[in-house]
Amino acid sequence: MSLDRSLPSAAPATEKPGAAPTRPVPFRGSGFTHRPHRHVAPLVFAALLILWEIGSRTGFISNISLPAPTEAAEAMADLFRSGMIWKHLSASLFRLTVGWSLGTLLGIAVGLAIGLFSVARAGLSPLVSALFPIPKIALLPLFIVWFGIGEGSKVATILFGSFFPTVIATYGGVDNVDRSLIRMGQSFGLSWSSIVRKIIIPGALPAILSGFRISASIAIILLVAAEMIGAEYGIGAYILMAGALYAIDQLIAGVALLSLLGLAVAWLIGRAEKMLLGWRI
Amino acid sequence: MELILEKINHSYGDMPVLTDISLSVGSGEIVCVVGPSGCGKSTLLRIIGGLERPTSGEVLMSGEPPADSLNPLTYVFQDFALLPWRTVEGNVRLVLEDHRIGRERVGAVVDDVLARTKLTEFAAAYPRQLSGGMKQRVAIARALSVNPAVMLMDEPLSALDSQTRDLLMDDLIELWTQVRFSACYITHNLAEAVRLGHRIVVMSRRPGRIRDIVEIDIPLSERPGFPTETAAIQRRLWEMMRDEARAADRELSDVA
Repeated sequence: MSLDRSLPSAAPATEKPGAAPTRPVPFRGSGFTHRPHRHVAPLVFAALLILWEIGSRTGFISNISLPAPTEAAEAMADLFRSGMIWKHLSASLFRLTVGWSLGTLLGIAVGLAIGLFSVARAGLSPLVSALFPIPKIALLPLFIVWFGIGEGSKVATILFGSFFPTVIATYGGVDNVDRSLIRMGQSFGLSWSSIVRKIIIPGALPAILSGFRISASIAIILLVAAEMIGAEYGIGAYILMAGALYAIDQLIAGVALLSLLGLAVAWLIGRAEKMLLGWRI
Repeated sequence: MELILEKINHSYGDMPVLTDISLSVGSGEIVCVVGPSGCGKSTLLRIIGGLERPTSGEVLMSGEPPADSLNPLTYVFQDFALLPWRTVEGNVRLVLEDHRIGRERVGAVVDDVLARTKLTEFAAAYPRQLSGGMKQRVAIARALSVNPAVMLMDEPLSALDSQTRDLLMDDLIELWTQVRFSACYITHNLAEAVRLGHRIVVMSRRPGRIRDIVEIDIPLSERPGFPTETAAIQRRLWEMMRDEARAADRELSDVA
């Protein structure tokens, strides 16, 4: 927040003969509004990296506790040179896309059911509340028993992780659709399915898309957790291996990959919001 | 088609809101309902259009609506109720899409009502880009597109500033002169009632009952030429309502 207060200017009180002295009203309305600063974020990021590099080179930061950013970059470059990056990335992206897509699709379906039918709401919404807070990582051994040590358990973890937040976002969105619009639809004799398709779903879409942001972040967290058990390839497996070998430069390279993945997902959802919610701006 | 209300009573729990309302809206007639706030005017309108069930009494339609009427009882809401994700044209199309009337006819109807409400050049605009007055024009265009037998207007101009309100009243009269729609027009603004109503129903405060019905036989389009007469009627209505409005204002509201 910018707290640049304008000091009350000591304006000279101009004297007019025969009139009371006048002075301008001091401006008091600044300080609590945000202004866009495009270049600040990259500058902060670059400054941190440079400080870190300087700290490593001068020995202020011990190489054992944290390698220099250039070393992490070298580890990343190694990944590209050996071509391993594509194996890790494709394995992770496959699990992420399949798990998240299925989870959100099911989540939207169940969320709509809860939002639209009172029986579904009465039956399912307590169930969702009971199951949502369970960390899916804790269930991972169970998923391995149910779905096998291969892709099944990893996809299932991500699926369940993205399912619950989507359900909650969807039915919250349906609940918040302007009732007067629904009444309008009824008053014009629109069919039930028309009201759902043309009024309720578009009205709930902003909430559903902001649910996507949450479920996608959860999916990435669970991806790493799932890949730490019985995975040969994948960013999570790479990080786990690096940790086990105490190759911290590789570990940091892997974490940076995860960050990039998160940024890419956020960017994609931002694009989707622009495309689908253009009417909102 | 004529709309007849027979002994409508309505209550929320133990709280009576409407008592013994009998009324009719004839073909081509605009009936204005005025009353202090909280007298059940809007509830009455929701009952008339079948959005709410009265505790007792019936709303009857006598005679057939026009053959090409897609939605005989059509509302115009105070808050416009436009879909923000659809353009002006899309909002009008919405209410035609469910009727199997063919793509060409839908296009023709949309063009026609947008032209009649002077919205043709705004067809591709989104509601957020429009002023309040334009939004209500879109809602009126949407209502006209289904060719209603009776328009049910719930304080349609109350959310607008007074200049826009005057302009829209002129537009409504022009539209009425073209198609002679019938309407039940709820308002708390007596000037609107005197300008637009063939008959003005004055309601008492809660529980709402009909206090008086005032007929104005000056043709709608000629009313600006009779300022003293209309002002006298407006004063008479206000005399009737003043005490009710004052009492209503001092009431504690416990209707949820």
